[in-house]
Amino acid sequence: MTIDDAAIVRLSLWVALWATVATLPLAVAVAALLSRTQFWGKSVVNGVVHLPLVLPPVVTGYLLLRLFGRHGAIGGVLEQWFGIVFAFRWTGAALAAGVMGFPLMVSAIRVALDGVDHRLEESARTLGANRLWAFLTVSLPLVVPGVASGMVLAFAKALGEFGATITFVSNIPGETQTLALSIYTLTQTPGGDEHALRLVLLSVALSFAALIASELLARRARRADRR
Amino acid sequence: MTLDVVIKHPLGRISLDVSFSADAGLTAIVGPSGAGKTSVLDAMAGILRPAEARIICAGRVLDDSARGVSVPAHQRRIGYVRQEPLLFPHLTVRQNLLYGHWFTPSSERRIREQDVVTLLDLDMLLSRRSGRLSGGERQRVALGRALLTSPQLLLLDEPLASVDAGRKHDILPYLDRLRAELRIPVLYVTHLFNEIADRAGLAIVMDEGAIVAQGPPERVRGDLERTLGLPGN
Repeated sequence: MTIDDAAIVRLSLWVALWATVATLPLAVAVAALLSRTQFWGKSVVNGVVHLPLVLPPVVTGYLLLRLFGRHGAIGGVLEQWFGIVFAFRWTGAALAAGVMGFPLMVSAIRVALDGVDHRLEESARTLGANRLWAFLTVSLPLVVPGVASGMVLAFAKALGEFGATITFVSNIPGETQTLALSIYTLTQTPGGDEHALRLVLLSVALSFAALIASELLARRARRADRR
Repeated sequence: MTLDVVIKHPLGRISLDVSFSADAGLTAIVGPSGAGKTSVLDAMAGILRPAEARIICAGRVLDDSARGVSVPAHQRRIGYVRQEPLLFPHLTVRQNLLYGHWFTPSSERRIREQDVVTLLDLDMLLSRRSGRLSGGERQRVALGRALLTSPQLLLLDEPLASVDAGRKHDILPYLDRLRAELRIPVLYVTHLFNEIADRAGLAIVMDEGAIVAQGPPERVRGDLERTLGLPGN
């Protein structure tokens, strides 16, 4: 692995890590909302959450550009008020990767929450915990394996994200050029095949490591449950 | 300490429509399965929000649908032990016991952990996970957990259903002490009228969501046998 390869891997891991960690609280909140409550328009919320799974990634990237670009409805406000810029930055790559992995994380957490008896939270409430505390101290610890599984899935998705990222934040070496984008660039470059193959192998190794980590976490959670 | 309860709520094929008053003693709610007994307790605990309700406990209005008042479950200070103990499986027995204790302001803690542990014979179980307990052990932990919130009212839904006979004789006198020393009113749902008849000051017989008889246990015993065909002794 060359110094350049290491930088690409580092950027990819950094983007995927941010994409996963930053979306986690929202994913837990949305999963709890979908699992624990009934409200008008729930199907619409569910549909919007899962939209990135079925939309062409280019479309998601374009929508992100319109919303979070420097002149976008949200991006303009974020830049003006908080100095946060997504366009053509690694933060934008993390946002695109986070959006693409979000439905996977929500689904994994929601399935886990659906398996927890909601009456446990009711018991916690009769013991003095408000709704939020009951959720945080009873249901959430019980779905840690589901949360971990969702995080690994979202991380792996973020690591391989391509379409939305290149559309939203382009393909800038050292800033937004992650592993997937680097491989694409090399396949378009004469004589770049060997380098591309090296990055492909690195990409496979990283994804494999993520899956093994997921399995280890699940095993650990099962062991803790049996104690 | 008195308790005034009016609850009206549609429950599938039947309608819950109950109204009763109880004092600081033990009130038994008896009736066949599906009579709506558990729903009454759910409404009182704040888990079920009835269509119409007026629940006053020791002068404190917990529900008054006419005025839009409904105190959230976590602020009611009502201990609720369900037929299924519903212990928190990721916590040890001790952590389960102390769960509600943590939420109880120290100035309002009237029941000590050690007293409950001793009384319910939980010493040897404290470090175990609830998944490794027998039915009776789980029920004892659930009872202890509710007691450690120092509740102003205790709701017990068939609390001794899976407790062995010997342990019942240990636990029931403790309920007497709770009533005598702490003046905690107890609402006790059971299908075994005889289990609680000697201790109850008031017995309420429910069927199809409504109260069909209420009064001193001796008087109600006859109603149980006559109207519902349930054994009164």
